[in-house]
Amino acid sequence: MSMSYDDVLAKITEVLEDALGVDEDEVTPTATLGPDLGAESIDYLDIVFRLEKAFGIKIDQAEMMPNDVLNDPQYVQDGKITDKGIDELKAKMPHADLSAIEGSRDVEDFEKVFTVDTIVKFVQSKLD
Amino acid sequence: MRWAWLDRIVEIERGRRAVAIRNVSWGEDVVHDHFEADPKAGRVATPMMPHTLVVEGMAQCAGVLVGHAHDFREKVILAKISKAVFEEGVVARPGTTIRHTAVIDRMDDQGASCSGTVELLDPHTQDVQPFATIDLMFSHIDQNRQGLSFPEHNFVFTEQFMLLLDNSNLPRPAGF
Repeated sequence: MSMSYDDVLAKITEVLEDALGVDEDEVTPTATLGPDLGAESIDYLDIVFRLEKAFGIKIDQAEMMPNDVLNDPQYVQDGKITDKGIDELKAKMPHADLSAIEGSRDVEDFEKVFTVDTIVKFVQSKLD
Repeated sequence: MRWAWLDRIVEIERGRRAVAIRNVSWGEDVVHDHFEADPKAGRVATPMMPHTLVVEGMAQCAGVLVGHAHDFREKVILAKISKAVFEEGVVARPGTTIRHTAVIDRMDDQGASCSGTVELLDPHTQDVQPFATIDLMFSHIDQNRQGLSFPEHNFVFTEQFMLLLDNSNLPRPAGF
């Protein structure tokens, strides 16, 4: 069952309002979950659970956020994501725009990848 | 659970639902400290169980349910109070019983989300009154270390907690 971008965005906006206590107007496609909307680690699990319920889908958290890549020394060295790491992230996160980390390669910038737009596209891929 | 706040677990259905009760007693200092008298404001004391401790009771009831699902092998930590809404004008006065009912909405290796309902029971009249709805998130911290280190022993489900199981006529898990 595919859904339009706007329909998915509207539902995700409700999910984020409930999970993060943010206002509707804060949830824009370019807003990052961590830096802009204040999500902390447990919030991502909460969001995954709520997305599953809202859309009737099953989500493995590692599928949406492959944090395991960042803990692998062949993909991260001295706090910087290697070429292999970028390739791995691209393979595992086709729904994400990785430009936020391709420049700096800084692991600390990884949370900037998780925009509302990334989540919308991820959910759309699960619904297709 | 270094500080067991419940009196008795009265029902538990693995991975699904738990019910626990907590009696409110006049003899507890805590009920007198919350909304003590304020003569300047013309207010008399209102002995009651603080709502914050009702949330704690719900957290322990749901935490037991989440722990029970894996025979208390995981260290189950309250990670988030997603919602806590209390009925307006309803307070847990001494002589009443607080009944917590927790349901697991979703659980995986990393944690669980639970919905909770709280009711007030009058042991004399048997009346039941809705009191609160409290939704919580729990983390299995050994699965979510994020660079942090924790003691190897299970500091959540301690001997004090096992005594609560005994008092509830529930079997201790193997190894405890």
